[in-house]
Amino acid sequence: MSLPNQADQGITFDTFMEGVWRQNPVFVMMLGMCPTLAVTVSAVNALSMGVATLFVLVSSSLLISLIRNLVPKEVRIATFIVIIATFVTLTDYLIQAVSLTLYEALGAFIQLIVVNCIILGRAEAHASKNPPLKAVINALGMGTGFTIGLFALGATREIFGAGKLFGMTLFGDQFQPWVVMVLPPGGFFVLAAWLLLFSLLRSKSATEGGHAHD
Amino acid sequence: MNQPSQIQTPSGGKMIATMVLVASICGVLIVGAFEGTAGAIAENKRIMLERAVFKVLPGAAGVREYAATAAGIQPLAAGEAVPARGVRFYAAYDAAGVLKGIAAEAGAKGYADTVRVLYGYDTKCQCIIGIGVVSMRETPGIGDKIITDAAFLKNFEALDVRLNSDLSALTNAVRVVKHGTKMNAWEIDAIAGATVTSKAVGRGINDSAQKLLPMLVPHIAELKP
Repeated sequence: MSLPNQADQGITFDTFMEGVWRQNPVFVMMLGMCPTLAVTVSAVNALSMGVATLFVLVSSSLLISLIRNLVPKEVRIATFIVIIATFVTLTDYLIQAVSLTLYEALGAFIQLIVVNCIILGRAEAHASKNPPLKAVINALGMGTGFTIGLFALGATREIFGAGKLFGMTLFGDQFQPWVVMVLPPGGFFVLAAWLLLFSLLRSKSATEGGHAHD
Repeated sequence: MNQPSQIQTPSGGKMIATMVLVASICGVLIVGAFEGTAGAIAENKRIMLERAVFKVLPGAAGVREYAATAAGIQPLAAGEAVPARGVRFYAAYDAAGVLKGIAAEAGAKGYADTVRVLYGYDTKCQCIIGIGVVSMRETPGIGDKIITDAAFLKNFEALDVRLNSDLSALTNAVRVVKHGTKMNAWEIDAIAGATVTSKAVGRGINDSAQKLLPMLVPHIAELKP
């Protein structure tokens, strides 16, 4: 295994890009909508939630892939959940150690990463069937795609809803924040707008033959 | 490879062994993470508490945690639970070690969820001299004005919470009044358009002060070094 990339023919650019573009969890698969709508009131919250999920996704995929041949398939889901819950607990402690303000802003949604369908979905559909390196690369792509999705929503909502980005004021005093954007309905509006944009881009690139796979 | 082994359920022993193995690895990881972060988390909590207390009691430099019960007051170790029917409060001292004031938490149901505030109590004027929001989920742009609205915060520069002569309750209960009708030092002028949230702050402070101060004031001398 001196050159794992070549030894494993299964790894291509698409192993990573699948989650970012073709199967983007937020914009294409519409998975993990609870944190997507609930914590994206600011860019920082969205980014932190994305990175927390990315960490859980990558570490659980690695461990699940390493033990994939040991686990009898009758107890695989139970095993996966135990592993995912472990990494969520780790993330929980780490976020508390980094910033309690952030921890309180994200609230119960950190613990709820356990039931995020993206993670169990990746474990079941990919990590349990592929070697560790490929599983990790794929999980990185999915996590990146999720983070991009959350950040797109969080940044848009913060800019319109508070007139700020990462806490920095963008407009002058005349700007009246669109409060609805940081309220729950605003989450749906912004998600719909991004879905529309993403679908347009995807259909455009599909007709040009750019990413039309499968 | 061999067809029968695929339909055959693996022995219960193997399933249990797998689960035990995985659970053991996970247990070690969790304990490791807990041990590794416990110090940083405790330090973060201490800094957050100090910052909150210093904000409501300007000039304070150190904080000690106490619990007030019907029997008197007793110091609390960090993270220690408050005895039954007791109230947790924080005694703040300035750099010279002189008692600067008392901070305690108040909470009441607001528009969306419980509004929790920390208030600073000055022992000399027997009044509340500052508040800070601990947590709330009030509507952005409306209820969250309780953090920023200067006119509202002015209510808490000297909010009267004197005890009556037998030290059993406040002389005048803290009341939230309609915007612009504040007449007395124990009244809080509500924010126009955010009455529910304003009332939650007032009710929380009243409930907390009615409970804490009668237990605390007779023993206040014990706090002075």
